[in-house]
Amino acid sequence: MTDQHEGQPKRSLSWVEFLIERAIQVSGISAIILVVLIFLFLIKEGTPAFMEVPLSGLFATRWYPIEGYYGLLPLIMGSLIVTIGAAVVSLPLGLATAIFIAEIAPDWVRNILKPFVEVLAGIPSVVIGFIGMLVFAPLIRVTLDIPTGLTAFTGVLLLAWMALPTVVSVAEDVLDAVPKTYRDAGLALGMTRWQVIWRIVLPAGRSGVLMALMLGVGRAIGETMTVMMVTGNAARMPVGLRDFFMPVRTMTATIAAEMGEVAHGSPHYHVLFAVGLTLFVITFAVNIAAASVVFRQVKRAERMLA
Amino acid sequence: MAGDIKIHIQNFGLRYSDGTESLHDITLDIYARQINVLFGPAGGGKSTLLRAMNRLNDLTDVVEQTGHILLDGEDITRPGYDIVRLRRRVGIVFARPVVLPMSIYRNITYGLELAGIRDKATLDAAVTRSLQQSALWEEVHDRLGDPAHALSGGQQQRLCLARVLALQPEVILLDEPTSGLDPISTAKIETTMQELKSDYTFVIVPHSVQQAARVADWASFFLQGELIEHGVGREMFLKPKHTRTEDYITGRFG
Ligand SMILES: Nc1ncnc2c1ncn2[C@@H]1O[C@H](COP(=O)(O)OP(=O)(O)OP(=O)(O)O)[C@@H](O)[C@H]1O
Ligand SMILES: [Mg+2]
Repeated sequence: MTDQHEGQPKRSLSWVEFLIERAIQVSGISAIILVVLIFLFLIKEGTPAFMEVPLSGLFATRWYPIEGYYGLLPLIMGSLIVTIGAAVVSLPLGLATAIFIAEIAPDWVRNILKPFVEVLAGIPSVVIGFIGMLVFAPLIRVTLDIPTGLTAFTGVLLLAWMALPTVVSVAEDVLDAVPKTYRDAGLALGMTRWQVIWRIVLPAGRSGVLMALMLGVGRAIGETMTVMMVTGNAARMPVGLRDFFMPVRTMTATIAAEMGEVAHGSPHYHVLFAVGLTLFVITFAVNIAAASVVFRQVKRAERMLA
Repeated sequence: MAGDIKIHIQNFGLRYSDGTESLHDITLDIYARQINVLFGPAGGGKSTLLRAMNRLNDLTDVVEQTGHILLDGEDITRPGYDIVRLRRRVGIVFARPVVLPMSIYRNITYGLELAGIRDKATLDAAVTRSLQQSALWEEVHDRLGDPAHALSGGQQQRLCLARVLALQPEVILLDEPTSGLDPISTAKIETTMQELKSDYTFVIVPHSVQQAARVADWASFFLQGELIEHGVGREMFLKPKHTRTEDYITGRFG
């Protein structure tokens, strides 16, 4: 009697557990397989480009596929400028906002701001691109007195805007999770509130803050739509500071714009895949670098809390 | 033996946001250059009162605070009182040690640097002195540059004590400062307190009745937010006036 009572739920539980375990295993493995397949596909379609176009041609500064110029440098530079610019703009802004919400704002302000930021994160990129074209670009053109408002700078601003909500809400959670005892320890030493934030809360949460930035920028790197709409898409090689206020073209925008009309199997087609491959490798490298930094610091933080 | 009054607590009451009154109408004097012990069962409000003495409750969800706390006759509960200055005069060591994410050395010098002391020789001397006083010097003197969080729990607790001693405040609040320590370190710290009490005012929440009895010049017994009995330590532990105090001391509850 008792045996049955104890045994039955156990057995069905272990069945359920077995199924759940398998399901998780299958989905985990298939995700990895999928990534590997994408990578293989990119290699298969992209590597012919290195045969068809000499390396010196790929590492050139002119992108003009119709006449056979496949220099990737302007595209890579374009992507780098826009992405790094967005990170540089959104980190201090996002962090400052997160600090304000987590540490300074009174409760009622906080209760309004937090959901507001999260709603902001849900705005579709096309809408942001649209606003960028109609509002930001003309504004930039007029105030800076330049021929077109569709520039790298415009892209940077809009991408930063898109990354901001993610940076803010993740960073805010991180700061909020720093134990209160840390703050007390700082205050008890005679620190001001600001010193506590700067010297204790931020260092204790720095790996999480870094992660917030990565997530935010991650959204920006892969973003095609907004960038295509507002950066002007001229494949010029940016060389000086002035080019920041000129049109640029990113790798994602190039693929999106040209893939539709390219002849299957042509050099142009293969080069576009090579661009995708480059993007993949760069993203992968950035992610690994970030993960290793975060991982190392999480371990340190754990020891600190132990 | 009643000397000067260092801190005067007047009809002090405190209520957290959960509604229960954690401290009710406490009136108590803390004597200068004495070891003042607050003891009693868990949840009695001892930590809450300690924290109130250097205004650390400001940022917690306290909904109601009544009464006054006077430090050398000055009301520290008054709005606008300079809290940073207060915390340099009144130091605290928490029950659970919190080392800052820095080196051992920096943990101790940080507060001094905040107070404007930059001179390397002065800082070095303060580190050595405070680590010796907190019975930690032997264990860490050859690795002061190591991260403080690599220390054991008991070592961290003594580091927190050293951090406060380095600042040389007038009043030192200790919340169960030896709860994680072995008997030898505990004895060393108790000795340190006895040695230092000619210069400092100690308010300590001991981690056991035995420790309370050992160190108390003055003792206050707290039960569920109320001050039941206050008096000279030796007398209270030998001959408590209230039965509830007696029950607790003799181990009949708590
Ligand atoms: N931050 C807080 N928010 C809400 N209630 C609290 C808070 N801190 C303490 N309390 C409550 O106040 C009462 C007194 O707590 P306190 O920590 O002062 O007791 P204590 O005497 O130090 O106990 P212990 O011996 O366990 O350390 C308890 O009932 C506790 O639940
Ligand atoms: Mg306590």
